[in-house]
Formats: sequence, C-alpha cells, structure tokens
Amino acid sequence: MTPLWQRWRAWLDERLGWGELAAFLRKKQVPRHRHTLWYYLGGMTLFLFFIQVSTGILLLLYYRAAANEAFESVQYIMTQVKFGWLVRSLHAWAANLMIFTAFLHMCSAFFLKAYRKPRELTWVTGCLLFFLLLAFGFSGYLLPWNELAFFATKVGTEMAAAVPLIGDWLLRFLRGGEEVTGATLVRFFGFHVAVLPLLTTFILALHLFLVQRLGMSVPIQIEREYTRTGKSVPTIPFFPNFFLRDLMGWYIALGVLAALAALYPWGLGVKVDPFASTPAGIKPEWYFLFIFETLKLLPGHVLFIEGEQVGILIFGLAALMLLLVPFLDRNPSGRSGRVFTALGALAVGYIVVMSFLGLRG
Amino acid sequence: MKRCCMRMLAKQRWRTRIALAVSSFALWVVLAVPLLAQEIPDRCLTCHAQFDARLGEPAQKFPNDIHAQRGLTCAACHGGDATTDNLRQAKSPAKGFRGVPKRIEIPPLCARCHSDASFMRAYNPSLRTDQLAQYWTSGHGQQLRRGDTRVAVCSDCHGVHDIRPATSPLSAVHPLKIPETCAQCHSSTEHMKGYDLPTDQFATYRASLHFQALAAGNLAAPSCATCHGNHGAAPPGVASVERVCGTCHLFQEQLFDRSPHKPVFDAMQMASCVTCHSNHRIDPTSDAMVGTGEKSLCLNCHVEGDAGFTTASQMHDALTRLDQQLAQVDEVLDHATRAGMQISEARIVQANAKEKLIKARVQVHAFAPGEVDTIIREGLQLANQAHQAGQQALDELAFRRKGLALSLLAIAFVVLSLWLVLRELERRQAAKANRF
Repeated sequence: MTPLWQRWRAWLDERLGWGELAAFLRKKQVPRHRHTLWYYLGGMTLFLFFIQVSTGILLLLYYRAAANEAFESVQYIMTQVKFGWLVRSLHAWAANLMIFTAFLHMCSAFFLKAYRKPRELTWVTGCLLFFLLLAFGFSGYLLPWNELAFFATKVGTEMAAAVPLIGDWLLRFLRGGEEVTGATLVRFFGFHVAVLPLLTTFILALHLFLVQRLGMSVPIQIEREYTRTGKSVPTIPFFPNFFLRDLMGWYIALGVLAALAALYPWGLGVKVDPFASTPAGIKPEWYFLFIFETLKLLPGHVLFIEGEQVGILIFGLAALMLLLVPFLDRNPSGRSGRVFTALGALAVGYIVVMSFLGLRG
Repeated sequence: MKRCCMRMLAKQRWRTRIALAVSSFALWVVLAVPLLAQEIPDRCLTCHAQFDARLGEPAQKFPNDIHAQRGLTCAACHGGDATTDNLRQAKSPAKGFRGVPKRIEIPPLCARCHSDASFMRAYNPSLRTDQLAQYWTSGHGQQLRRGDTRVAVCSDCHGVHDIRPATSPLSAVHPLKIPETCAQCHSSTEHMKGYDLPTDQFATYRASLHFQALAAGNLAAPSCATCHGNHGAAPPGVASVERVCGTCHLFQEQLFDRSPHKPVFDAMQMASCVTCHSNHRIDPTSDAMVGTGEKSLCLNCHVEGDAGFTTASQMHDALTRLDQQLAQVDEVLDHATRAGMQISEARIVQANAKEKLIKARVQVHAFAPGEVDTIIREGLQLANQAHQAGQQALDELAFRRKGLALSLLAIAFVVLSLWLVLRELERRQAAKANRF
C-alpha cells in the first residue's frame, strides 16, 4: 500500500503541478565562478524583507497610529507584550540590514555590469525596489512618535519642500498640513503599511520573474575568459545546490540579526513634544546622512537658486541617472562601461565619506 | 461734426487739468505730510553734541534713553526751552530752567512724573507709581532726608541720560545686573565708611546658591532686591526674615512656624532661616546639615543627650536611608539603560521616590521626626519598587543573552549541517558526473 504522505503528494501534484515546478527548479542552473558570492545578496535582501513583513504584521497587532497613542503603544510592545521587544528590535534592525544588503546587491549588479542587455528591466525594477526600501525606512522612522523621529521627519520633509515647482505641494502632501502633526503620523502609517507594500509586492514580483526568466548575469570578464578558452561557464543546479547555499546565508543573516536585536535592542527615546525646540544633533537615519551632510555644506544660494534646491535637484538627477544606467551605458564592455564604473566608484566613495562625516558630526 | 470734435477736445482738456490737480495734491500729501509729522528736534542735544566729555556725554547717551524714545526732551528734567537755539532763552529761569538738579532734589524730581498715576498711564500703565513713597521708607531715603547725600538716589541705580527699562539687559537694574549695581556702593569700603555696615555682601552672595542660579540665567533667582526690596531697600528685621524667605520657600516657612524652634527663636531674638542657612552666602543644603555629624548645624545649639540631639539624629538617619536606597536604584536602572532595556515605567517610580526625598528634606523644617519618617517610608516603598523593576530588567537581560547564545548555537548547528549536506551532495554529484 502507498504511504499516506505519498498519496497526499500525488493528490496535490494532480492539482498544483508540483512535479512541473520541481522539474523546473531541478533544470534551472546558476553560473558558478569566482564572483558567485554576490548572487546571494539578492536572496538575503529578500529574506530580510520577509522578516520585515512578518515582524511588521506582529507589530500591527498592538501598534496604534495616533499622536496620543503611538508612543505609548510602542512602549507597551517593548515592556508588556511577551517578546514584543524582540519583534520590534528585529523589525528595526532588519530594516537597516535590508537597506545595507540591498545597497551591496545594487553595487554588485552595477560594477559587474549585470544591467546590460537583456537585463535592463531587472535593473530598473531593482532600482525602484531600492527607492521603495528607502521610503519604507523614512515612513517607518516616524511611527514610534519619539522626539528624534519627529524632528528628523520635520527636517526630511522640509527637504521635500526644496523640490522645484512642486515643493510646497509635496510638503503638504507628505505632512498632511503645514506642520508635522498627528495627521503626518497617520499618513506615514498609511504609506508604510499599505501603499508601499502594495507597490513593493508588484515590483518585487516583476523583479523575481525577470530574474527567473533571464537567469543570473555572468560578469563580462568571466564571459571573456571562458569564450577565450572555448568552454562554457560552469553551472550548479539552482535546487538544491544554490538554494542550500542561499539558506545558509539566510541563517547567518538571522544569527546576526538575533545578536543585534538581543545585544542592542532598538531604543524608544522620548515622546514627541511638538512645542519643544529642535534638540541639538538631530540626524536622519544613516542611509540619508550623505544627503543631509551635502545639503549642510551647500551655500545659501548657488547663482540665483537656493542652495538646498540645487542639492535636491542634483540628487534627483543622480537618482534618475541611476535608474536609467542600462540605457545610458551604451557599451558596458567598452569605454562607456569604464566611464560608468569610474562614476559609480566615485559615487560610492562620496556616499561613504559623507555618511562617515555625518556619523561623526 | 466739427463742433462735436471741439466739444470732445475741450472735455479732454478738462479731464487732463483735473488729473494734474489731483496728482499734484497727492504728491504734496506724500512729500509734505512726513515733513510736517517730524518731531521738533531737541535743540539742547544739537549744541551739547558739539562738546566733549562732561557736556557732550548727555547728548551722546540720551537718544538711547527710554524717556527720549517716548518723546521727552532734556527740558522734562532740566527745565528751560528745548526748542530754541538761543542759549539765553533755552536756559531762561523764566522758562523753568533748573540746570543739574542737586542729589537731594532727584527723587522728588523723578516722582513728578513717576508718582503721577494719570500721567504714567499714558506711557506705561503697568508701572507702579509708589516708588517715591517707598524710597522715603528705605535706608537710603531716610538718610537722604537727614541730609546725607552720599546715599543712593534714583540716578545711582537707574543711570543718568541713558535710562533703560528694567527689563532691558543693558539696564543696571535688570535682574542679572542688580547685585553688581548694589555692590558699586556696598562693596566699597571707602564709600561705606561711617555706615557701620559690612562690605562683603557681594563677595558672599557670589558664593551662594542663589547667585549660581542667577548666573545660570534664571531671572527668578533671588538677588539683593528680592530680599531687601528695591525702592524701599532695607535689611529685613529679625522678625521678618522668615517672611522674606517664605515668599519663595513657602512650605519651609509654614513648617517652621509650627515647629518647636519657632517660639524659642522668637524668644531668643534669633532670625529664623538665617541662623542655619546664613543670609548672603546661602550654601547648597545637604543631609549632613541635619544630624549629629561634623557638618551638622544642630550641634550649634544641641548637645548629646538632649531631645534635639536625638531628633536630629533620627531625621538624619531617615534621610540617609532613602538617599542610599535611591543611589542603589540609580545604579541598577543606569545599568539596565546602558544595556538598552526599556525601563521608562521604573524611571517614573524612581522620580516619584526622589520627590519623596525632596519632600522629606523640606519636612525637616517642622523638626518632627515622625513626619519625616512617614514620608521617608513612602519614598522607600517607591524606591524598592523601582529597584525591583530594575532588577527584573537585568534578569530579563540575562535571559535574553542566554536565549541568544542558545539561538546562535542552534543556527550554527543548522548552518554546519547544511554545509555538510551540501558537501556530501556535491561529492555525489561530482562522482556521478565522473562516471558518465
């Protein structure tokens, strides 16, 4: 007689087509070379995103998005809810780690020229996902309604006001009024738990579909080396070889996350006092520091335009350029590719130096 | 047709004339009205500005003076006619010119306006108008009446020709400046010769807790005028010291009033608060001031074996008990905070316990150990609660660390197992590939 689990498997296979999926996974191959390590960063970012979703859902059970309740509800989560401190700390730390791994993933794709034909759309969707993660970070930062977050949001949304032409409208749209108030909190909460997840799910699905359809990109240099020898780039099966390696990476990420959450639980700070003057040393999250530092260094006016507006304009153009890299870099393996690599290295160096200065200052 | 055109031309000419007349009038209004509205200049200043030193200084200073800013001229105090360039007419006795007023004349001169409530209402309705009456009750005023012109008159404190409102930080009578202003005379041994008054008040005040608060920018902190009065400045008598201190330290005053010390101090003509706390040099208080230790003030009067000695000892012990317990609470909670534990509720309880200690320290002024002890017991209960919460946080911290260690072990085990599985799998795959 056929064992029960095999009968169940057959039953499911008949309806869901497991066999086809398993066959696809067994057939799917991943290139194996000296840069394969970078392939794991995408999966790690995805793993951290899932942690964000699950811990976010748990936080939603107790969090209250109202100016007079938000801080207290987070305080309640941290002190009264069983393992609430762990859930919140995991959520906060995973957010930071996720942005870090996403940034590394993007850097690896950029410097290994993974955006070249036919993966232009994979790059564009990846870029959009990175911007969405930054938006998640910005909107989530305000939700505990503490002093630091309040004033950082005030400064951050003021930056939005510097956007030419639509700045004032954008400021009011983000704040839900002229000032950062309870209305801003509700609005940010809406963005954080509804608008951004919806957009992210859609773009993430597209990104993953493109990755599956087009496969992993092989770096130009590796491709050349193998073409020269007349051999094809060696591969490993996605399942189980690559998947098991991915799984190891996820477990390691989980260990790092657990250590950070337990040893450095995310603080709560002091409740917002909207009438208090801005405390000294207000800074945005570390991933916005380079923008903050740059805007601080800009003079009041550049020609006839306000310095802050010039800064926002430059960063806006830089983001647009980043998004359109596959279309601007016409010859990734040639001269233009080298120019883009140099520009990218300069940009990364600038971000690192300015962020370091921001952390110190 | 021609007539019609002529009529239209004439109409147009009239319109032009009217428009010209209206615009000329408008231009006249725009140019002439500001000229007419200009104030009549103070001619005294025009001449005095040409002098240096003594005669020129008033002209340089006066534009900054609150009186000048409110439209008063030199003539308001000095008499005469400030509107003429003619020296004889300007200084004509017929026009009330009185020149530099004598020191004895200054308070009544200022009071001509400042004691006139209806006059002052036009300038500053909230300003008091009893300064002169108060002044005559002051040590300064009484001496002046006796003919001593070395004592302070209005201009010695408020300045001359550049008088500013007391709210201005540039004014010599601004709360932050008062001690220095009083010290100009009261710290001068030369000036104070013959008055039988000490001259170290400013030096001792500068060492006091009150001055520390004032220097830190606390305008509510007491300076000379807070205790001595300003226009009616006089040292508070033995009987009124307690009332003076009580304007700020209300609870201490009330407690002392019903304490066993009150009748004794009254009978012995001892000034209540200053007997223990001094007058100008008010040092920060400490629990050591009560009790039987080296720094105890109680031992100035009490000796071992008397009831006061026992009371002092009991109060000191109670205060120390809570203080020490709070130090332990601080240690535990600070440790938990440094470790990132969320202990905001314990901090609230700790703050309440600290409040009890402050309350007990105030209660000391009733010199009733039972009352102090009741508050201390409440404080100890709260401190214990906070300590317990802190300890729980530290226990939770230890639990988290153990949990982390176990989790990391489990994760390491899984990673290692995966690696072994993968190695074995790839070994088999390689063997299989080699076979084919």
